[in-house]
Amino acid sequence: MSANGKLLDVQHVTAAFHIGGLLGGTRLVAVNDISFALESGRPEIFTLAGESGSGKTTLSRLLLHDLDPTAGKVIFEGRDLATIRKRREALDFMKKVQPVFQNPFETFSPLRRVEEYLYDAAMNFGMARNRRAATPIVDEALHLVGLSLEEVSKRYPHELSGGQIQRVSVARALIPHPRLILADEPVSMVDASLRMAIVNLFRKLRDEQQVSVLYITHDLATAYYISDRIAIMLRGFIVESGPVEAVLDRPLHPYTRLLKESIPEPAPQHRDSWATHIDLGTTEVKEYGRVGCKFAGRCPHIMEVCRKADPLDAEADGRIVKCYLYKA
Amino acid sequence: MALLNVENLRAYYRTEMYGISRTVRAVDGISLELQRNEIYGVAGESSCGKTTLIKVIAGAIKPPLKVEEGRVHYQFGEFDVDMLRISPDDLRSNVRWKEISYVMQGSMSVLNPVRRVITTFEDVVATHQGYTDKAAFLAQTREHVRKLGLPPDVLNLYPHQLSGGMRQRVAIALATVFHPSLIIADEPTTALDVVVQRGVLQMLKDIQAESGNTVLLVTHDLAVHANVADRVAVMYAGRLVEEAPTQLIFHAPRHPYTQHLIHSLPMIGDKSPRASLGGRPPSLANPPAGCRFHPRCPHVLDRCRAEAPEMLRLAGGQRVACHLITEGVR
Repeated sequence: MSANGKLLDVQHVTAAFHIGGLLGGTRLVAVNDISFALESGRPEIFTLAGESGSGKTTLSRLLLHDLDPTAGKVIFEGRDLATIRKRREALDFMKKVQPVFQNPFETFSPLRRVEEYLYDAAMNFGMARNRRAATPIVDEALHLVGLSLEEVSKRYPHELSGGQIQRVSVARALIPHPRLILADEPVSMVDASLRMAIVNLFRKLRDEQQVSVLYITHDLATAYYISDRIAIMLRGFIVESGPVEAVLDRPLHPYTRLLKESIPEPAPQHRDSWATHIDLGTTEVKEYGRVGCKFAGRCPHIMEVCRKADPLDAEADGRIVKCYLYKA
Repeated sequence: MALLNVENLRAYYRTEMYGISRTVRAVDGISLELQRNEIYGVAGESSCGKTTLIKVIAGAIKPPLKVEEGRVHYQFGEFDVDMLRISPDDLRSNVRWKEISYVMQGSMSVLNPVRRVITTFEDVVATHQGYTDKAAFLAQTREHVRKLGLPPDVLNLYPHQLSGGMRQRVAIALATVFHPSLIIADEPTTALDVVVQRGVLQMLKDIQAESGNTVLLVTHDLAVHANVADRVAVMYAGRLVEEAPTQLIFHAPRHPYTQHLIHSLPMIGDKSPRASLGGRPPSLANPPAGCRFHPRCPHVLDRCRAEAPEMLRLAGGQRVACHLITEGVR
């Protein structure tokens, strides 16, 4: 257990890539000075939301210790991930932080029975010495996600529905009893009639298994439904973060407002407001390279200062906003 | 006079390998009418037969896909077309692209990656209509693109230089060069971000409103239908289960499947628990007897297990295929 009571502490993390040729090219800062923390002993669902190219996936790679930050620290249970060197320590970290990926049909080999992945996880993480000892562990993990070994044994991925196989990948993640599950777009490939089962499962894991979930998504409607807190990302920055009700019911940052307005609501009586015309603005790389606020090119409240320097975090109405409209 | 009449259409995939024959009943008894000047939405989960339905409607019928039964009949301004009997030459020179065009999900596959966007426009125009004056063609294309609100510079770029949303808008511009009577859009915004999705769908709506043609919009995303479509049809396992004007289907869905789909949608501002249906969509190679939804239906009757429900016409232009309504249960 960490000294400061934090499960995950992300401190001013930056990740920059060089894109383009050997000479020239540009520096792209995919994750820019991001900080947030998850408390230990108080499991929650924290959403990182943003559009494609907002840096969500790079951030998740940093959190999974798959990529080292250019600057800043990722601290898990008091341990800076950059100091993990030995295989033993890496394994310990992997046991505690488990990923669930977007497309379950790509994470599982079509030529391998799905239960093999569960047995592998049980044995590789040292939960069991042999298959016989692993069987109850595998079965228990499957029960947590509403399946059983009987249902999935001897099955290949194509014999399961998208919803079932995604639940198997959650079960696999649960085998080493993780403290944190990092789920990157876990429901975007799952059919509508099965989607809520996965989403509800994350709620259940938080409430009954005390597992925290970092939910990475572009879908604000499911994010609102399951999360406790949310952080909205834009071009490498967190532009607004706080309790999900505050951020999405009363968004303050102009970008969050645009995002919320653009979500098509399943209510045809409100279609007129959605149909008001918008400007799609410049391309991704141009926005990344912009000096000052990355949203300046599309912002209806643009001021002189926005184009000069990055705005600072300001506290307003129970959340943090990175915008000059709110006093720091 | 409807633009398109589809009557009792059955289109199956028949394969035979090592003496084992397999039939996938992807479209199994669908009847629908597309009117002029409307956006008709088709919703359904993956592998419910949406794409097969579009293939038949667009005349892209190749083995192993075979139309077993039914009629697909168009009435364009000057001529009628029976899609199941038209010759391939006639289809290419008179119908495709001029009367029916197609916008698909990843438009990278429409645009040639190693040639500038303008060359793709040239290919399409040369193949389907031919042109003599290149300067006039260029001027017309620029004007067409500009009218749709795109910067004319995009014509000189390569596809990889365009963002996903811009590519999709270029694909829509390409699909409308000849002002077709029907635009088929198959998941046109599925891979796009919400803000971009909004921009692309607005463009599609504007084109439809201006030219008064028909758009067949296929997407699994009901929230998109709520904001774009005039009428919505819901497919399940190769059949239509319900069809109604958009307002009606969202406020008073009658089929239990439609009801579930609409009520399970999460919305900002509402955290009340949403349920998920048990079971899974059936395999089209071996669909359940009777109503195909009965194994997952919360209100199943004995009759549903034995007999497939007929499509019923209700008030307000609503059509539903469900025994609960004939039996007066709901």
